[in-house]
Formats: sequence, structure tokens, C-alpha cells
Amino acid sequence: MQDHAKSFPPQGGKPVLSLSGISKSFPGVRALHDVSLELHAGKVTALVGENGAGKSTIVKILTGIYTPDAGEITIGDTPHKFASPRESWRAGIAAIHQETVMFDELTVAENIFMGHMPQTATGLVDWKSMRKGADELLKRIEADFSPDAKLKQLSVAQKHMVEITRALSHEASVIIMDEPTAALSRNEIDDLFRIIAGLKAEGRAIVFISHKFDEIFRVADSFVCLRDGEMVGSGNITDITEARLVRLMVGRPIDQVFPKRNIPIGEVVLKVDELSNATEFADISFELRRGEIMGFYGLVGAGRSEAMQSLFGIGNPTKGNITLNGTPLKIKSPGDAIAAGISYVPEDRQEQGAILPLGVRENVTLASLASHVRGMFLSRSSEVAAVRKLGNRLDVRAANWEQRLAELSGGNQQKVVIAKWLATRPKVIILDEPTKGIDVGSKAAVHDFIGELAEEGLAVILISSELPEIMGLADRVIVMQEGRIADVFDRNSWSAEQIVSAATGARKVA
Amino acid sequence: MKEQSTPRAQVADAAPKTFADIILRWETILVVLLVVVVIGNTLISPYFLDIYNLSDATFNFSEKAIIALGMTLLILVRDIDLSIAAIIALASLFMGLAADAGGTAPMLVATGLAVGGICGAFNGLLVARVGLPSIVVTIGTMSLFRGLAQVILGDQAITRYPAGFKALGDGYAIKWPPVPYSFALFLVLAVIFAAVLHKTAFGRKLYAIGNNPVAAYFSGIQVNRIRFWLFVLTGLLSGIAAVFLTARIGSTRPNIALGWELEVITAVILGGVSISGGSGTIPGVVLAVFIIGLATFGLSLINVPGIVISVLLGILLIVSIAMPIVVRRLLAKSST
Amino acid sequence: MNILLKNRELALAIIISIMLIGISIYAPAFASTENAASVLNDTSILCMLALAQMVVIITRGIDLSVASNLALSGMLSASLAQNFPDLPVITYIAVAMITGLLLGLINGSLISFLGIPPIVVTLGTLAIFRGMIVVYGGGNQVNASEMGDVFQSFPKLTIFGFSTIFWIMIVVAIAVWIFLSLTRTGRGLYAVGGNPLAARYCGISLQRQQLLVYALSGTISGLCGYLWVSRYGVAYSEIASGFELTVIAACVIGGISIAGGVGTVPGALLGALFLGIIVNALPVMQITPFWQMAISGAVILAAVVVNARVEKRGVKLILPEARQRAGAAR
Repeated sequence: MQDHAKSFPPQGGKPVLSLSGISKSFPGVRALHDVSLELHAGKVTALVGENGAGKSTIVKILTGIYTPDAGEITIGDTPHKFASPRESWRAGIAAIHQETVMFDELTVAENIFMGHMPQTATGLVDWKSMRKGADELLKRIEADFSPDAKLKQLSVAQKHMVEITRALSHEASVIIMDEPTAALSRNEIDDLFRIIAGLKAEGRAIVFISHKFDEIFRVADSFVCLRDGEMVGSGNITDITEARLVRLMVGRPIDQVFPKRNIPIGEVVLKVDELSNATEFADISFELRRGEIMGFYGLVGAGRSEAMQSLFGIGNPTKGNITLNGTPLKIKSPGDAIAAGISYVPEDRQEQGAILPLGVRENVTLASLASHVRGMFLSRSSEVAAVRKLGNRLDVRAANWEQRLAELSGGNQQKVVIAKWLATRPKVIILDEPTKGIDVGSKAAVHDFIGELAEEGLAVILISSELPEIMGLADRVIVMQEGRIADVFDRNSWSAEQIVSAATGARKVA
Repeated sequence: MKEQSTPRAQVADAAPKTFADIILRWETILVVLLVVVVIGNTLISPYFLDIYNLSDATFNFSEKAIIALGMTLLILVRDIDLSIAAIIALASLFMGLAADAGGTAPMLVATGLAVGGICGAFNGLLVARVGLPSIVVTIGTMSLFRGLAQVILGDQAITRYPAGFKALGDGYAIKWPPVPYSFALFLVLAVIFAAVLHKTAFGRKLYAIGNNPVAAYFSGIQVNRIRFWLFVLTGLLSGIAAVFLTARIGSTRPNIALGWELEVITAVILGGVSISGGSGTIPGVVLAVFIIGLATFGLSLINVPGIVISVLLGILLIVSIAMPIVVRRLLAKSST
Repeated sequence: MNILLKNRELALAIIISIMLIGISIYAPAFASTENAASVLNDTSILCMLALAQMVVIITRGIDLSVASNLALSGMLSASLAQNFPDLPVITYIAVAMITGLLLGLINGSLISFLGIPPIVVTLGTLAIFRGMIVVYGGGNQVNASEMGDVFQSFPKLTIFGFSTIFWIMIVVAIAVWIFLSLTRTGRGLYAVGGNPLAARYCGISLQRQQLLVYALSGTISGLCGYLWVSRYGVAYSEIASGFELTVIAACVIGGISIAGGVGTVPGALLGALFLGIIVNALPVMQITPFWQMAISGAVILAAVVVNARVEKRGVKLILPEARQRAGAAR
């Protein structure tokens, strides 16, 4: 432990860690291009950018999950190449992930020391000093739980504290926090910031990733802004305003990126009344019209997905009424929703949307198989006709229609998933973060396509954490905060500041 | 980066089939294996290629083969049923009780099917409704079902079966070429299962569930309802197997069909069905059933003891799964 | 009630105690010290195999070949005794254990290096190992009269009223407990089973662990092979046939999750003891032993249902009032 402590100087101009000229590509996507940044001891560097800008790729390169195609990682004076997460960890880099991924069945102390448990002279695990070490570390960040508690008994905030403690346990010189506040309450966030201040004082370099600007300006010393895998700006946080940072992130004026189509809004299609469930959302009421695109904005974990999934028959039982074209609906499963004419393109493409080992054709027709049955059997020619039509319409790039989805790029996978839902001929389509993690080209195609859907008379619900996407495409936006509708804004009279402050609940506090 | 600007390419319907695609198919490998088995057996024993002997051989594997069809679908959707042999024991017991009570052949058959279906529904309920892992549930019901049979039967055996019932076990559906009832039913079922799995919407849904149950559910497929009915189906098929087996050997003992679950699963895996779900075909499983059945028959013709045959089958199972992995690794190594 | 739901071992111990009291009231003969000793002696082999199986299951694996391994190792050991009846007993034990180890390494290599699913590999070796007995011995069996005294007398020695089998089981249990609780590797097994990806980030190698756990399972099976054959005085191809499922049943009853990452030494021991008591109590209670299988089946199902209830799925707490409620409950 001691020799690690020496490896980061308490002060000075020399960076603890620097990346220079880092590039990384995946089949069909250039994730990072020529990115350079420096992390300094005792400083918090905010990594800013839209979803898919390359932030998580940088995290994965720093933690040894990806190896960069080009560029250099230098720690202190020595260049490093991480072949495994283990090596990055040894080099003094620790990451605290969005969703805590540790060992639920083991104790806090074990979670902290897994992989480097202290041993006695006989080679056995030294539980006593492990517990003592854990206890001291926990006290250092003023945690209020015992090192003997099992991880599964802790709250999300407490699990974050365990991960921070884990980083402290081997004196990590660089600590990466990837959206650490996403699932935390206000008090817990205050606690976290107090801990960060402590870590700074100890001379650690911190990478802070968040979508919440108030947090960035509160905690960061400097910023690095990414867009489309390239670094578009960096500097001291005091030298930039929120508005300029937003502009850097988005790059172009919003209405240029998203040419909003002029679509006549028709009659009410979907009416939702007082939709609630026990723990996730309450009093969700709105009306959605033909040709309308309704944005759902909010912070990660605000209950948007949960509320919209319940319209699709997924999740815990709900109270409230749903009417589609005047008919009351009872939706108990996705099958009911599809039959009624509601489609949901899930956020988690890999797990919930695409069936990666199956081919494009099989994925596209999966939710509408009944329409391809002739007599008793599936008609191959009917399926092929459908996949040709939808595949070409969405501009799916594949070698052939039988190609396995696993072999396509994320963007093309997403197009296939959307095609699957269009094949059910829905009246209402719910798109949950439809452009998350896909390349710029596919993103534009998806945006264009959402407009096209509305033009054809569909009612569209667009859940997105990207404000430019919502403001560019939606007619109205419903802002959710802590499971409730905080506010509703109209295209004619909204501003980015209003929407963001409604989402963060800033107004309530003020 | 500018994917948009590239001209829109015409996407082909399917990749052209290469020779390698066909030759490396699992079914092709199985066909070769089957040919090897047939040629080997012919060389070993002059009695092998005799139509009556071959017809006799089918008695020994048709019952297991019938269950293998249901097991294929279960494993395809990531489930497994270890209780099939115990279901046979319980179904056989109730048929025996019915026979003792003076039941006629059709009544016995109905009893066997009903017990099989009910046992399957019990498994299905615990797995699909309560949400328990199928491997543990069916280890439990395996003890429970056979245990119940043992409780009722003790160390007795039921041997008085009506002649009409016994005829099902050793009679022929077609006189020439001689096709026993059990084998005939297996062939019919195999065709039906192949058609359902590979040609219908239901079959497609099974592949979707096996490859990604969550995405399948999000696509409107009633995942748990389907899993439940697959357990019922496998139970029913076990009931059918119980009918043929009981009729053939003419007796019910507590240890009837002991260890069959492992033989059936071996056939399914050798047939190319992935134990982690999502891939496999009925023709593959049918081929595997024939390979195992004929190999066993051929070896028994030259008086190889059953337990030694099971060694060879065990080796066959592991080698056939390991070979493609080793070959793929060697290919990957040589290409870099 | 809450504590009982959280602590499976304690709950199981209480259930077993209630069961013991019930049986003793019904049949006082059952409560004698001699009988208690005989139950423990009878159950020791199951206990050891359950411990070994638990170690495998913790890593999300399964070893179906344990009973076949036991039979083959026992056979080789007995056949050594048949030919050389006067060797020190440790040689017979060593031969059984080394045989078991080698068989376990076969499983482990196929699983670890080739990445074949454990259930497939051990399903195959289940048939192979048992069949090898016939291939090796030509279907002959080794009877008590052929084994020699050294081979047979060792497990029947008693120390403080308990047989050596029992004491060996105690040593194995302590060793497994030390391994699982007090070594980095042991704790790593829980990490791998609980969250393989996170374990990889912590630098724990799944491959090395797999090789190790199947080797361990094999070695203990080999040891049990010697003990089984010498205790029951016969070695042939059918001994302990189907016992692998009893072993897994003991694990399930002991609260070991088939999904990996969960399992304790007391749990495995209590699970095995539970089955052992049922087997031994039935004749005392004048219930036909034919009930044994049905009861253990019902108990397995009850155990899975209870364990599933304990591992209740969480809901997201988004609404402030829901969080407050949960906070108050914590």
C-alpha cells in the first residue's frame, strides 16, 4: 500500500495520468478519434458529452476492458498498455460504475478487498485485519454501515460507497465515477460530494461523468467535452458557462440537426389517466394525438421507462385507465399491447430488443408472425417480402437478410428492432432512448424516420435523455422527476433551461 | 463515419450456400456417423442387415426417441426435464392398477397418457408459474414421482396385463416391412415435430425464447405459457413411452426405465441441441437417435455388455461436442 | 421469523431438531446414543459428497459423475487389496483418491479448457466412469472375503463411539470450511459464482477455478469410493448408482443455490443429515423404506420453493414516498 501512496505527488503541474492520441473503432463505428486528456492530482475532471459521444469508451479503455487501436496511456512517467482489467487496477485506476456490479452475497469487507485480500503468515485470509482495514476505510468516508453487512442488504448509495472504499483500499490514484448520482437521492448526493472533496484533499485524480450540469459545475475543476468520439473542448470549469458547454456538446444549433417536419396533429389516439404503481411512478396522465411526437424527458431513474413500459404490459401492476381510440384497454402482457396497437422499442437493445443469434428476417417478423402464416405454416416468401420492404425503408446495412444480428453494427441492430415493431402496424409507438449508443449516421437515419412515422399518422412517444433530440423532434415534452410529471412544455414556448430545471427539481428547491 | 453518404446497397435475400456451409453442418456430420455405424455393424455382424433384426432393434430405442422429441423442445427453450423416467414409472404403475381393476386396453392407454400429462403439468407449474429452475424442480419430481410409485408398489411387480394391451408393445403397425407400433408412432411424431418446429410460427417462437427470453417476451410471446405446455407435452410423451414400454415388457416394477433421463438427454445433445438453448433441429435429434439405437443394437449383436456400450456412448457424446470446438480453435490459430 | 428466513442454516437446523424430537417421541429407540452414532456414520459419505458438490455448484457448475467416480475409484482400490491384501491401508486410500483426482481432472480440463458446459461433460463421464469398471474388471465383483482385513477393518474402527468414516468426514468438513472461508481462492469461488464479470474485473480466473473444483470433487469422490467399498464389503459396477442425485438433493435442501454463489458448509452438512435422518428414521417408525424416495422428493421441492421466496426480487424505488417507506423499514 505504501509504495502506491508515493506514486502520486500531492501537488504540481505534472499529470497523474495522461491519454494522448487515443483512437478506438468497432466494426462500422468509430468510437474515439485522437483523444488526449490529462488528469491531475487533487482535481476533478468532468467528462462531458451526449450519449454515444465516447465517454464510456474512454472509461473502458482506462479500466482495461478495451485496448485502444492507437495512442498512449501514461501514468507518471511510464507508458502503459492494459491487457486486462486487472492490470489497470494494479496501475492504480479504479472505476465506480453506474450500476454497481459487485458481489451481493459477500460482505462489505470482502467486496472491498476481493482480488487483494490480506493474508496471514500461513497463507490464509486475514479476516481480522481485513475487517479492521475495511472499517477504517469506511470511517474515512463516514459510512454508517458495518464491514460485516452483506452487500445485498445495502442501498444503492451505500453500494457506491463500498466501491469508493474499494478504490481507496489499494490507494488508487485515479478514480473514475460514471454517473454515480444517477440513482441517488438529494441527501445521498450531498454525501457523495463530501466524499469527493475528501478524495481531492488526499490528492487523488477524479474523473466525473454526469448528465447533470448543476453537479458538474458544483464538483468539477476542469472539463473535457466529447462529441462523436472526438474531443471538442477542454479547460477550467470556471472559464465556461453552462450554455457554452451545451453548445460544445451538441455542436450545431439544434434546429439544424433536426429539421422538424410540419405535421398536422389529428384526433386523440391514446389517453392515459392517473397511471400509478406502488413504488415507481404516480399520477401519470396525458393525451396523445395522431401525428404527434410526445417527448418524455427526465434524469436517468426518473421513472420514464417504468411508466411507459407499464403501457406495454411490463412491470408491476398498475392503477389507472388507458384508452386507445376511445376503447378502454386492459393490458397485462406485451402480447395484449401489440394486439391493441401499441409498440415499445426498448432501451436495452441487446437484452430486450434484438435477438442477436437470429437473422435479420427472423428478428423483423418476430412480433408479427401471425401475418405470415399461410394455412398452417409460415410463408418464407411473405417474410422475405416484409423484411425487404422494411429493411430497405429503414436502410438496414446487412450482407443479406439472413445475416445474424450479432454481426451488425449497433445502429443497424436498432433499425432492425424498429422494423420489427413497425411490422406490427401499431397506432402508438413508444421509443425508449432509440439512439443510445449508435453511430452518428444511424442516429440521423433514426431521427429522420421518427418524423416519417408521425407523418404517416402514428402517435409517437419518444423517451430520451438527450435534450437536443427531444427539442428537435417533439411537439410537446413531458418532464418527469422522481416518478411524477413535473411539468409539460409546448414546442412554441419551451426553453432548454426550463426543461432541465424541471427535470432536476431545481424549482422546487428554490 | 458518414455511413449515410455511401450509396444504398441492394441487400441479398440470403448468402449463397457454400460447400463448406453444407459440409460443416452438424446434421451432415451425424449422417456420416450414421453411415459409419451402419457399415461398421454390417462388417462386425452378418445378422445386422436383416430387416427383421433391424425392426426388432427399433423396439429398444423408439420409446426413448419419442421422449427425445419433447426434450428437444424443452432444451431449446433453456429448460430440461430430468423426471421423464420417473413419470414413466408412475404412469406404468397407474396402468398396472387400472389393469388390476379390470381396465381394457384403451382405458390403460388413457390412464398412461393422463398420468404423464398431469406429471408434466406439475413440473410446468413449478417452473413456469412459480419460477423455479427446471433442473432442480425436476430432480425433485424425479424422486417424488418414482418415490410414489415405490410407496404404492413396494417390492411387488404388476404383471397381469390384458392381451390387447400387450399387443401394443410387441405388435406391428405395418406387416411388411415390419414396423412396430412404437417405431411407427415415433416416425409420425418426428415428422409432425419437425414441421412444427421448422415451419410454423410456434416453432419460430421457441427459437426466439431459447436465444433471448426477455426479448421474446417483449415481442409479445407468452414465454411462460409456452414453457408450461412444453412440460405438459414432454409428460404426455413420457406417458406414451410408458404405454409402449409396459406393454412390451408386460410388467411394472418400481425401477422401470431407470436412468432413461440421461440417455434421452444424451441423444438430444448429440443431435446438436445446445444445452444453453436456442439452437438445434429435429432432423439432428432423429439422426442421433438412430446412431445411438443402431450402435447399441450392433454392439449387442456381438455380445458387448450394455454398460460398455454406455461407455462408448459417453465418449461419443463428449468427443462430438469437443471436436467442433477443437477444430474451430485450430482453424483460428492457423489463420492468425 | 425474519431471522429464520434470512438464515437458512438455522432454519434447517430447527426443522431437523423438531423432526428429531417428533421421531423420538414416536419411537424412543431412535433417541439412543448408539442410534445417533449410527445415523451419523451412515450419513458421513453423503455429507462429504455434498460438500464437494457444493464447492462445484458455488461456481455455477454441476458434477453428475461423482457416484460413478466413487464406484470406479472404489473398484480400483478394492482390486488392489484383492491382489495385495497386506499393504498399509493408506495405500488403498491413496489409490482411491488419486484415481478420483485424475477422473476429476478429466472433467475439469474438458470444462475449463474446452468450455463445454459442465452438465454435458459430467453426463458423459457419468456413463464412462461407471462403464470403465466393467471394461477393467470384466463385470466381476470384489467380495468382502477377497478384500483382506486391512482394507476392510479401517472404516469400522471407532474413536469415541464414532467410526473413522465419521472422523474423516469431520476432517473433510473442516478442510472445506477452511478452504472456502479462509483462503483467497475459496472466497474467489463465491465471487465467480455470484458475478462472473465482476470477478473477472477483480482478476479472478474462472478457468483455474474450474479445474480446481472438479479436481477437488473428484478427489473427495475417490476417498468416498474407498470408504463405501470397504464399509459395505463389496465392489461392483452398480454401487452408488444414481447417488449423484441424492447428493445434489442434499445440496438443494441445504440452501445451496443452483444458480451459483451461495452455499455454506453447515448448509451442505445439514442437507445431507436431513436425508440421512429420514432414511434411518423410517424403519424405526415402522414406515416402509419405500417412502424414503418420495419424501426426499417432496423435501427437495419444498426447499427450492422456500429458497426462492427468500431470494425475492427487488422493485425500483423511484417515488420519494416509497423510498421513505423503505428507508424506515431498513
